[in-house]
Amino acid sequence: MFVNKIGSAMRIIQRGFGEHYGIINANGLSRWGFRIIMVFVLVAIFAPWIAPNDPWEMMYDVNGKFASLRSPSWEFPAGTTHLGYDLFSQLVLATRTTLIIGFVSGLVSIVVGANVGLIAGYYGGKVDEVCMRLTDILYGMPFLPFIIVLIALFGRKLEFVILAIALIIWRTSARVIRAQTIAIKQRQFITAAKARGCSDFRIIYQHILPNVLPLLLLYAAFNIAWSIITEASVSFLGFGDGETVSWGGMLYELWLSGKTRVAWWWFATPSVCIILLVTSLVFVSRAYEEVANPRLRKR
Amino acid sequence: MILPEKKQTDIVLSVQGLGVQYATAQGPVHAVSDVSFDVYKNEVFGIAGESGCGKSTLIRSLMRLLPDSSTMTASGLQYKGRDLLTMDDETFRKQVQWQEISLVPQSAMNSFNPVYRVGDQVIESMLAHRKMGKKEAAERAAELFDVVGLETGLLRSYPHEFSGGMRQRAMIAMSLSLDPGLIVMDEPTTGLDVLVQERILRRIREIRAEMESAIVLITHDIAVIAEMSDRIGIMYGGQMVEQATAIDLFESPYHPYTLGLNNAFPSIKDIGGDLISIPGSPPTLIGPLNYCPFYERCPFSIDECAHQVPMPKTVGNEHEIRCFRSGDAVDLRRLAKEKTTWRS
Repeated sequence: MFVNKIGSAMRIIQRGFGEHYGIINANGLSRWGFRIIMVFVLVAIFAPWIAPNDPWEMMYDVNGKFASLRSPSWEFPAGTTHLGYDLFSQLVLATRTTLIIGFVSGLVSIVVGANVGLIAGYYGGKVDEVCMRLTDILYGMPFLPFIIVLIALFGRKLEFVILAIALIIWRTSARVIRAQTIAIKQRQFITAAKARGCSDFRIIYQHILPNVLPLLLLYAAFNIAWSIITEASVSFLGFGDGETVSWGGMLYELWLSGKTRVAWWWFATPSVCIILLVTSLVFVSRAYEEVANPRLRKR
Repeated sequence: MILPEKKQTDIVLSVQGLGVQYATAQGPVHAVSDVSFDVYKNEVFGIAGESGCGKSTLIRSLMRLLPDSSTMTASGLQYKGRDLLTMDDETFRKQVQWQEISLVPQSAMNSFNPVYRVGDQVIESMLAHRKMGKKEAAERAAELFDVVGLETGLLRSYPHEFSGGMRQRAMIAMSLSLDPGLIVMDEPTTGLDVLVQERILRRIREIRAEMESAIVLITHDIAVIAEMSDRIGIMYGGQMVEQATAIDLFESPYHPYTLGLNNAFPSIKDIGGDLISIPGSPPTLIGPLNYCPFYERCPFSIDECAHQVPMPKTVGNEHEIRCFRSGDAVDLRRLAKEKTTWRS
């Protein structure tokens, strides 16, 4: 029944994003990936209503006993921590944090990357030189340490975590979009558009952008997946926002508690969530990869 | 076609001494050098020449589509009295390009963006230049499709759903959208079979009869140019070697290259006669141009040809050539008919 509901929800989405739905639906893996992502998105939206308890409330079981380090049961579906916090509630609320960080920094990075790539590729020359040396410098930065330093400088706030990730992750998309832009700008229809007196702005955003869109969406999915992994890593290392729960943060708490060998449910649940979400994103991106690179398509 | 007396005020496009150089590792290539011509209102000016003679570079320079590696020089370039040489790119783009001078690009087949419907692209080309409602533009697009003989329903199709000839006609429709004063058609029929070619040429002729626009038609197909043009310029090695009315050019050509071209073109009067081709290949045009570009292949060349560029010389009514031997035209025409002359 649940799957049916998702099906009808997808049909509504289909109307809005018909073409993209077609792309995702054509591939079995990405279809399932998309469904899993939609479940996470719904959980994130309704998190406060789904979570049965406060994530930082010490729980007592039906018998009134302090529920410390309980393994999963009907009462505590994901078990509890050593301080008696309900892990299921934490997981649900963390979904929201993770998705916000993932999507916002993923989207910011793809917007920045796409613009840098389009402008560098289209104008070439000095503009290209400046933009691409900038991405080269970013490529030279060690990924995690750089983000940790940024967060240490600005503070352990959700906004800064998002910003720090977005600041560095756009480099790959910029390079790829630039290469594709250079290939497309040499096509005849761009010359024709120039002859028609189209402005540079119009050529870049109305003629080149739609032609790099499949690639753009592919990298958007990659960037979101990377952002989620990065956020988890940063939180695990203790640089996440202390005020909100996140999957990486949960693992960090586990590490601090020293109960890693005892509480298998404590590390299994957030880990599985991270793996499931990131894998789903990669499967969806796979569908776009097939559009961008038809050689991958099954015959 | 008999043209009325030409007036100075009827000049649509006036080009004087236009040259284009491409910078290459071997030195500058003189793709176009010292080309001058005028295009009058309501006429078709044909530019013919073999591949690499500078036809496309010439119109690219007119449309400001030259790559950065090139430099353009000219002593004069006017469109309806407006000086295009001093006009900055932004003004040119906003006021002249497409509104006044439109282009049907070479291989128009690939000139549509594959991700948009053809109709939307035609509409876009109008909206980009003129303040008009989308509905109004759509009506105009339908009207234009009608003019070029395409069903208006096809406006909603994507370029890949069109055949080559349809795309070509759609491109011509697009070039007409803003009633430009000058339409430049770069090889509008290349790559199409003769039937489609004929249909498109007929359309162009009809359009021309209805509108005031002048057309510059560029092609390497002598048959097309002979059929369509009022006046013809023959280009060779980046120069316009002969320029005359269509009738003069075929009846009393002067330049040896034109003579050779006429030989290489089958005549309906002389069925069974062998075609005579011009031996050799066009010059590379690298380095200083102080010779007649045709002298290496020319059977009539004299010493001067190798050391000096022949200057344009008027030999008749609107007939201009670049050749040192213009005085011997009668002899040359007779000799050019003989096969042995062209053997190198």
